[in-house]
Amino acid sequence: MNAIVQTGAAVDISRLSKIYKTREDEDVVALDKIDLKFEPGTFVAVVGPSGCGKSTLLSLLAGLIGASTGTIAIDGEAISKPHPKIGVVFQSDLLLYWRTVLENILLPIEIKRLDVARYRGRAEELLAQVGLEGFGNKYPSELSGGMRQRVAICRALIQEPGLLLMDEPFGALDALTREQMIMDLQSMWMRLGNTVLFITHGIDEAVFLADRVLVMSPRPGRVDLDLNIDMPRPRQWSRIHENKDYHGYVRKIRDIFEAKGILVAH
Amino acid sequence: MRRKKSRGPWLERYSAVILATVLLAAWQVLVPLSGLSEFVLPTPVAIATRIVNELPLLATHAYVTLFEVVSGFAMGVLVGIPLALAIFYSRAFERAIYPILVALQTVPKVALAPLLVLYLGYGWAPKITLAFLISFFPIVISTVVGLQALDKNLVNLVRSMGASEWQTFFKVRLPAALPNIFGGFKVAVSLAVIGAVIGEYVAAERGLGYLQLQANSLFDTTLNFATVVAISGLGVMLYFVIDFVESRVTYKRDTK
Ligand SMILES: Nc1ncnc2c1ncn2[C@@H]1O[C@H](COP(=O)(O)OP(=O)(O)OP(=O)(O)O)[C@@H](O)[C@H]1O
Ligand SMILES: [Mg+2]
Repeated sequence: MNAIVQTGAAVDISRLSKIYKTREDEDVVALDKIDLKFEPGTFVAVVGPSGCGKSTLLSLLAGLIGASTGTIAIDGEAISKPHPKIGVVFQSDLLLYWRTVLENILLPIEIKRLDVARYRGRAEELLAQVGLEGFGNKYPSELSGGMRQRVAICRALIQEPGLLLMDEPFGALDALTREQMIMDLQSMWMRLGNTVLFITHGIDEAVFLADRVLVMSPRPGRVDLDLNIDMPRPRQWSRIHENKDYHGYVRKIRDIFEAKGILVAH
Repeated sequence: MRRKKSRGPWLERYSAVILATVLLAAWQVLVPLSGLSEFVLPTPVAIATRIVNELPLLATHAYVTLFEVVSGFAMGVLVGIPLALAIFYSRAFERAIYPILVALQTVPKVALAPLLVLYLGYGWAPKITLAFLISFFPIVISTVVGLQALDKNLVNLVRSMGASEWQTFFKVRLPAALPNIFGGFKVAVSLAVIGAVIGEYVAAERGLGYLQLQANSLFDTTLNFATVVAISGLGVMLYFVIDFVESRVTYKRDTK
């Protein structure tokens, strides 16, 4: 079966806290009793200043760290360790340089001890969808930064994740590549329909991509604003500035940052 | 990447050969001019001729030394890698063993040779032990450094895919550490040659070190040089064997 039928996972986060201990044995409250519910197939973006707990939230969802209090449920199932329905894309592509592009994409399949041969076609299909047809046998060192991040996205999608977690995936890319990746991510997501948690520093890309933007503030990490973005899709990056609503959303988020002293108005 | 001039790569590739040839030619010419006797400093041609003539003799002794080097090096790997893994995985073990290892490393292994002969006799045992002692430290250190250098995010990545520590090790940690490990192997095998030969100097009835001492006592400088060439050849050969294995099991990050 070639058609990709994926349904997004429902995410239910309740009273979720994470307290780190520093070396001096002080407590750092990275997340403070957060309650969140993501409907299946929603694109959720998280913006917030450095250190407000965005990556912590992602690591908790990915099952990489344990919560101090509270629970996370994916499709009603509480998670405490990495869940097979979740795919992760990090800021750097984290490709293994000694593996070809195809072998990198198939890594999760190998780790889950699934039949690699059966997924090869699917991997090539994903590569074609991100404009990298025929690159399967190249090594990461032969690819540009944008291409490598595309491969990393393919790797996260091979497991057909109900929930895709992305931690500043375009943060290391140049402006033009980033713009293209944002557009491509939108069309990819519209095709796949999975739930996405997209962490970014860019208010523009958050509003552009998301159905819902969560604005976080630090110490302790809380969600200050939960903003529904109601703009028709597919959205056009080059024309987004013509959209009045877009500016309204961006304004709202900036207002929060200014009120919190994170952005200082002059 | 292409170089600026087309002559560049050619010159680059053969530069070592050209330099060596020039030096050898100078040596060949300067010996008779200097008035030094062939007994004191034989010419390269004389040494080469001697090597060809004495090939069976050199080979017999080279096999002995080769056996000692390879055995000592293999022991270095068999002990060094597990030790490195224990150091990497156990903080307590690292704390306990590292100071001892470093302290031991400051003891010149060569100085142990007479003691080893005293304890282990005149056979191959003290030579192998010396080759082992001298080669295992770089193996341990390079393996630990290689394992510790890994980007922590890579571990998070495979863990997010549900990898066990076993899988994390074989899919990420080990492959990422291989260039370091092989670097350690290359250093170690050259040192193992030194260890074995020193062992032979102290007490032996066979091996290239023994042959060299024989040549020395007979004032046979040409054979002496021939032995030096054989010992170097042994080291170079082993180096390239490891280099070959490395090229088979790893992908070079940078092909430039
Ligand atoms: N392992 C840790 N030990 C102690 N404190 C930590 C640890 N990881 C994160 N923190 C602290 O928790 C807080 C939240 O960190 P987190 O990485 O989630 O921030 P972030 O929002 O992702 O920041 P950035 O935008 O810079 O990536 C920070 O104050 C950070 O110093
Ligand atoms: Mg972060």
